[in-house]
Amino acid sequence: MSLRRYVLRRTLLTLPILLGVSVLTFGLVKLLPGTPVDYVLQFQEATPELRASLRAQYHLDEPLWNQYLLWLNDVLHLDFGDRVVSDRSVTAAIAERLPETLVLGGAAFLIALLVGVPTGVVAAVNRGTLLDEGSRVVALAGIATPNFWLGLLLLLLFGVHLNLAPVIPPVAPLLAPESLAFLVLPSLTLGTASAALFTRLTRSAVTEQLGREYVRAARARGLDERTVIVKHVLRNSLVSVVTVAAVQVAFLLDGAVVIERVFSWPGLGRLLVRAILQRDFPVVQAVVLLVATAVVVANLLADVLYAWLDPRITY
Amino acid sequence: MPRNPLDGRGRLRVRGFGSDDADGDAEAATATTPTTDRWRRAWTRFRRDRAAVAGLAVIAVMALLAVFARPIEVSGVVVQPVALAPYDPGASGVAPAYRPPSLAHPFGTDWAGRDVFSRVLYGGRYSLSVGVIAVSLALLVGVPLGAVAGYVGGWVDETIMRLVDVLYAFPFLVLAIALVAVFGQGFWKLVGALVAVGWIGYARLIRGEVLGVSERDYVLAARALGASDRRILRRHVVPNAIAPVIVQATLNVGTVVLSAAALGFLGLGLQPGTAEWGSMLSAGRDTLVGGEWWVTVFPGLAVFLFVLSINLVGDGVRDALDPDADTDTYRGAR
Repeated sequence: MSLRRYVLRRTLLTLPILLGVSVLTFGLVKLLPGTPVDYVLQFQEATPELRASLRAQYHLDEPLWNQYLLWLNDVLHLDFGDRVVSDRSVTAAIAERLPETLVLGGAAFLIALLVGVPTGVVAAVNRGTLLDEGSRVVALAGIATPNFWLGLLLLLLFGVHLNLAPVIPPVAPLLAPESLAFLVLPSLTLGTASAALFTRLTRSAVTEQLGREYVRAARARGLDERTVIVKHVLRNSLVSVVTVAAVQVAFLLDGAVVIERVFSWPGLGRLLVRAILQRDFPVVQAVVLLVATAVVVANLLADVLYAWLDPRITY
Repeated sequence: MPRNPLDGRGRLRVRGFGSDDADGDAEAATATTPTTDRWRRAWTRFRRDRAAVAGLAVIAVMALLAVFARPIEVSGVVVQPVALAPYDPGASGVAPAYRPPSLAHPFGTDWAGRDVFSRVLYGGRYSLSVGVIAVSLALLVGVPLGAVAGYVGGWVDETIMRLVDVLYAFPFLVLAIALVAVFGQGFWKLVGALVAVGWIGYARLIRGEVLGVSERDYVLAARALGASDRRILRRHVVPNAIAPVIVQATLNVGTVVLSAAALGFLGLGLQPGTAEWGSMLSAGRDTLVGGEWWVTVFPGLAVFLFVLSINLVGDGVRDALDPDADTDTYRGAR
């Protein structure tokens, strides 16, 4: 099958998954005790007229499948309704928070790749040495450290004791120097576990490649070790790194929810947690749907990239 | 080198045909040594892994400390009278608030004047039991579903795996948070949310293994002998497919404990104020500026130590169950 046909087929296969995701997200709110109207009214008394108009607004008098279709239609038009806690639209709230999370997650992802992959290569090349063992211990510790605890410790050390970093985000545009400087600690915190995963993964991929015939052939041809590693081994090892990179999207989104609370970073995660505490269900629905869609798309991209990187794979 | 299909995972050993044995005495070559139980062999290998044994020891100590932290009463009868924790973890005002660590309060006191040392010891009960119970229940759901899907195939497989695909789109913690939002707070609701999110990983894993194992000759042989599908699945397929699932489950105890702590930190897990490690840290943000580091450091250290130990044990279990497999691949949240 040609790559183009594979990409097309793989893309079409995500549609039922996205549909399932939407059904689940819709159903989640239906499982809440009480009706959406109760939440909009914050369980206060209300006139029957107000209740009736709210019921109409949420299409609650329609059959369930119709409610879903109406909701889906709105969602496809990027309309998630109004927030329960204010009259602002959910879409506006998300549009405001999304860039913050993207920048934080992107920075963390970059840190994870830039630290994890080279460390993994160095560990694999120096297999069995103190360097390798050291990287293993650090990676194990990185994976086991609760990210929010690491964040708190970094804040304690750099923010409070050494007084090198601000404890709360500056009032400045997202890409202003102050904001980017503030982002150093949160993105380090968020990226640590991923960096550790990348290290271990790269190490085992490179180790596997180093045992292959082509490496011996390249060395026999007199290529210097550096070229062998960087041009041949690393390129072949990256195939498996790519697959895990997609999984990292979900992992980083999970982390962002917690890290944003630690650093008071005004992103999607904070929006989600606050919405849950305030029972602001349209926001919960929208964020969960958005996050799941992002994961599905990331997995799709990884599969496509994987196929493109390794033409030997047949489907 | 092409791998001998009988090597590695297979439990068959063909003896007496190797070049080493050809010149040896015939008796030794044809003698059948009774095969040792595969779990016993795994245990022997596990014991040789010093890091894994150390991890297991740390977990055992933490579990003992949690059990003996405060007396346990079951319907009015004291089952466990020992109290290693000097104070009631819930009792506020046992000392002035925010006392730094001292002999009387090794980990200091928190904002309500509660003894942090007692709370950390006691908190092990929540974290450890959430981890073990949630993973066990997730296995009980995921393994049968995944095994049946892989073995039966057809529409059963399609139905189960499409559901898994959909659930897989949600990041672990985000889905758990959403479920906690729906179900509410509390120990069993937290466990329920973690199980609902956790089973899909095991279902996927065992399905893949079962697909491979079902093609093996011994399965065909069992079928030819007239064994029922149920028996084949239970006696032959699942035991030979379960090893990677056990490895994953061990490592996942750590992931689940981390997630439960994260939920506690966000104020979404157990009731706020519970002496659970994550919940204890949720006050940490506010105490940072005041410099009360002990409130943050010790509960987090407990989570870290536990998860690190579990990961060491998980690595050991993997090497013990599947010595041929390339070591160390972590898959993140799942």
